[in-house]
Amino acid sequence: MSGHSHAEGVLPHEPEKATLEGRNKVLGFWLFLGGETILFGTLFSVFIALRDQVNGGPTANELFSLTVVAIATLILLTSSLTSVFAIQAMHRNQPKAMVNWLIVTVLLGLGFLGLEIYEFVEYSHHGHTFAASAFSTSFYSLVGFHGGHVAFGILWISLLIWQVLKRGLTVVTAPKVYIAGLYWHFIDVVWVFIFTVVYLMGKVG
Amino acid sequence: MAHGSRAVKRYTGIMDWLTTVDHKKIGILYLISGGFFFLIGGLEALLIRIQLWKPLNDFVSPDTFNELITMHGTTMIFLGVMPVIFGLMNAVVPLQIGARDVAFPFLNALGFWTFFFGGLLLNISWLTGHVPDAGWTSYVPLASTTFSKGPGVDYYVLGLQISGIGSLLGGINFLVTIINMRAPGMSFMRMPMFTWASFVTSMLILLAFPALTVGLVALMFDRIFEGNFFDPSAGGNIMLWEHIFWIFGHPEVYILILPAFGIISEVVTTFSRKRLFGYSSMVFATVLIGFLGFMVWAHHMFTSGLGPVANALFSIATMLIAVPTGIKVFNWLFTMWGGSIKFTTPMLFAVGFIPTFVMGGVTGVMLAAAPADYQYHDSYFVVGHFHYTIVGGLVSGLFAGVHYWWPKMFGRSLNETLGKLTFWFFIIGFHMTFFLQHFLGLIGMQRRIFTYPDGMGFNEMNLISTIGALLMGLGVIFFVINVIVTTAKPRTATNDPWEDGRTLEWAIASPAPEYNFAQLPLIRGYDCYWKEKMEGNKELQPAEPLGPIHMPSPSILPFIMSVGLFISGFGFIYHQYVVAGVGLAITLACMFLRSVIEDHGYHIEPEEIQAKGV
Amino acid sequence: MATVNTEEAGLISVLKKRWLHWLRLTSLLAGAALLLSGCGRADLSPLNPQGSVAKEQLNIMKISISIMILVVAVVFVIAIFVLFRYRRRPGNDGIPVQVEGNHKLEIVWTVIPLILLVILGVPTVQTVFAQAQDYSKDENAVIVKVTAHQYWWEFEYPEEGIVTAQEMVVPKNSRIVIEAKTADVLHSFWVPALAGKIDTNPAGNVNRMYFDTPDKTGIFLGKCAELCGPSHALMDFKVKVVDAQSYANWLSAMKAPAVMPEDPAIAETFEKKCLSCHAVGELGTQVYPNLTGIGDRESVAGILINTDNPKYKNEGSVYDNLYRWLKDPQKVKPGNLMPTVELTEEELQGIARYLADYKLNYESEELRNNDATSDKEER
Repeated sequence: MSGHSHAEGVLPHEPEKATLEGRNKVLGFWLFLGGETILFGTLFSVFIALRDQVNGGPTANELFSLTVVAIATLILLTSSLTSVFAIQAMHRNQPKAMVNWLIVTVLLGLGFLGLEIYEFVEYSHHGHTFAASAFSTSFYSLVGFHGGHVAFGILWISLLIWQVLKRGLTVVTAPKVYIAGLYWHFIDVVWVFIFTVVYLMGKVG
Repeated sequence: MAHGSRAVKRYTGIMDWLTTVDHKKIGILYLISGGFFFLIGGLEALLIRIQLWKPLNDFVSPDTFNELITMHGTTMIFLGVMPVIFGLMNAVVPLQIGARDVAFPFLNALGFWTFFFGGLLLNISWLTGHVPDAGWTSYVPLASTTFSKGPGVDYYVLGLQISGIGSLLGGINFLVTIINMRAPGMSFMRMPMFTWASFVTSMLILLAFPALTVGLVALMFDRIFEGNFFDPSAGGNIMLWEHIFWIFGHPEVYILILPAFGIISEVVTTFSRKRLFGYSSMVFATVLIGFLGFMVWAHHMFTSGLGPVANALFSIATMLIAVPTGIKVFNWLFTMWGGSIKFTTPMLFAVGFIPTFVMGGVTGVMLAAAPADYQYHDSYFVVGHFHYTIVGGLVSGLFAGVHYWWPKMFGRSLNETLGKLTFWFFIIGFHMTFFLQHFLGLIGMQRRIFTYPDGMGFNEMNLISTIGALLMGLGVIFFVINVIVTTAKPRTATNDPWEDGRTLEWAIASPAPEYNFAQLPLIRGYDCYWKEKMEGNKELQPAEPLGPIHMPSPSILPFIMSVGLFISGFGFIYHQYVVAGVGLAITLACMFLRSVIEDHGYHIEPEEIQAKGV
Repeated sequence: MATVNTEEAGLISVLKKRWLHWLRLTSLLAGAALLLSGCGRADLSPLNPQGSVAKEQLNIMKISISIMILVVAVVFVIAIFVLFRYRRRPGNDGIPVQVEGNHKLEIVWTVIPLILLVILGVPTVQTVFAQAQDYSKDENAVIVKVTAHQYWWEFEYPEEGIVTAQEMVVPKNSRIVIEAKTADVLHSFWVPALAGKIDTNPAGNVNRMYFDTPDKTGIFLGKCAELCGPSHALMDFKVKVVDAQSYANWLSAMKAPAVMPEDPAIAETFEKKCLSCHAVGELGTQVYPNLTGIGDRESVAGILINTDNPKYKNEGSVYDNLYRWLKDPQKVKPGNLMPTVELTEEELQGIARYLADYKLNYESEELRNNDATSDKEER
């Protein structure tokens, strides 16, 4: 049950699960994601209930540009893929490759955020501000919450990159990277739903 | 803070308590704070009852009355009984499953301190004069800035939000602990009922609290940042609040009662000297109640215009919960059947629980019938029902659990005579206070009214109800005296002070040593300690050799993080965003430090263990 | 000690011995329940329903409480028996037989509750649908649009084109369809003796309910049943069930031209200081409570009861109540939206006198006779 289990400096195959602490962290994080699912689910329900309440302002159809959103989606999905590559590298005991893939992930995440900020600024020029209507409040709450999660994830992964560079890939740092990867996949899945429910259905409905 | 393998940091005195990550100490912290807030909530209740003892009374103003009912409900549920539940879960579950601590000791401490500072934030509202007054359910539009102009409701929003973080963390912690850290041989179906109850409760917490989080965020955005979730003039919808609140609120009451069910199972079996009748059904019933608890929320909204299909469906779903609950009640009765019953204080409370909770449960089924509920809703009938289940039920269960596990936590047993006085005053006072409230509702008295006209037929029953409340207060005072008197005594409790302990926690010293088990035990069956006793063994076989025991390091970060949240709460309440930002920055900085500073804990060497003679 | 099978047999024999005790207990409790069904004021209590909807709802209550009394009795009897029979006695210190369970019993106490739930569930669902019917298109129904305010009740009769406040006058033997909403926060419209309640939501979520008036005249108490602010407790109203003739009289009186105060100075004050918020007849604004015929009503502001024999702190003559209200509305109903209007003592008395005398006198001969013979003690 101790935090060190290097046998002659060789990292075990799934280093994130090699210790009890690691296994606890992974399970705990899956459960946390279950709670986050309920949280986003509630935000989605609220958005769906209020999506038509534009209070005289612009509607979803008028506002959204699917091009920008499609590019953002592509960027985020790619970043999820690169985070998979990072974990694969971790499992192959290739810390340098892992770190490189994580850096790409962070950069793509920053790109996504940049696009989203640009998008929000554009909307505000069209009268779609937080306080404009029930639709706008629920839009910014849902999409903004997601964006906040992306921002937090970027900070977190950057911090972990630094830790791995300083201390190496160990049975202590591996679980941290693994759950950050889970987190990143989660916010990617949430984005798929946002893209569908908010943007696609907004343009069609 | 300890760095890597450097000198072990061990604190004493108050720093010990501020930095502890030990589940046993955290359990005590929860118990003390919960008890403190329970007393505040109780005082609020007495003031409410004094105002209502006669018609057209002016003991408190209508505004103050609305503040009292709001704070009474919110404090009792979130800051009174839930922490006591967490306190018992912390004190007992790791010991029952043979673990040395919970899965995330640091998060455990963080959960406590966020609960504490959230509760402090909410109750400081009394000192600032801006007290929330829209009810513990805080319905909009009343709770919006249009109709609740001052910061009162903001205290509710921010206080509960911060406190809720603690609950969520606690839930995740116990789930992982129970899934991953059971001692060898402790399969799921060999776990004690209190652990099972804690497990299902933790799952409910995980799935219910996020809904409350969203609701509170939405209300906060509406009130502080001019959002429009609930503002009809901008397209918002007040029904959303009701749905979101009750999707959380109904599972919440099962979060409250399931641990009490677990306690009753432990106490009834111990003091009947008999194993639990129908253990598998009890487990199944607990899980089913937890599951069904998510399907019934709209029975709080029967009169809000959901339509006949919804009302009919939710009526039936609500009635169904009576079935697994009934299974539990009969299983307890038949555990006692053929047993050898000893009426200790915990057993008295457990035995008081059963008929009282059944009465609360049947009024629940009555409420479930929607057309009847059109009359009962928002009347004193409902007030009677939920006090029967929460006070007559849950609080009796908590008194049973607290008296039962007190020696395990503190090394001293509470005084039996004072305990019996507590019981009799409390239970008699309780029935006096709340039984007649059903009839008050049935003859037309609404709830949440600061006074009532004369000549309605309400006078006598309200007077009796108030007298009952005073008796309950006396019962609680006896308990407080008991705690004080007991604390002054020396620590002489044995490992099994009730002599009939069945579960693992009674196999180790009272109080448990810092590391709980010198060697993790081998579990050979359900009621594992009883099994060993019946086979003539004084203790369980170890499942591992004696070795150095790894312990997590104490840390001041959870305390500071919670202070940061507390500060930011104040900032948001008073629209001082710099302050809010500073508070959040403190919290984030602590999270940064926690991630970056690698602390591998410390070890207790075998020589130290043997020196302590355990 | 006994084995499981003998225990089962012992259980059955004990139950047989106890059924008498059981029966006695159940009938005692059922008797108590029935006794209570006559309980409470006839103008207020759901246990003493006067309208058909409230009667149907009491019926569901009776079914549920009978079933539940049975359940409680069974639990109590077993519990009391167990606690006495199996308490630990000195010298009897052994370890009892450890019983894992009993399949048959477990099935029994799963299946029987399910059956009981079906017995309750079927009439519940039937009544839910029956009471959700929309009778607004019914020719004979009287439609009243209820708007709840902090802290008063507005009643609009769209088919008649009239608006009144605090007192809903309706004909006996009729179906009244209520369309309820709020002008501000959530309230709840509740006339316990006639029907269960309906919440008043903001305009986007108007709720509809109906109730049937009884075959005889009477005045029924209404309560607000959703926390709405400091004066939530004081937001009472009345439903006055009258005969057809009185109802027709009331309708035409409400449509009659406004009666202004005789004294021109008072009339001027009334117009300047009151009609900017209130209405009488066709004059003034309908934003706040309509004052037409206020002298006839059972109460002022819903909570100050009009009577010539005041008994309680909230009772007084119509004039006294009006004077008390006008003098300091915030004192009577904290938080309500009427400020203290600046009036000289003369103006105050004049307006109170005028409003106290503003009666519609719509009560028919029949109704006046009923009032004379009925019990006037209950308010």
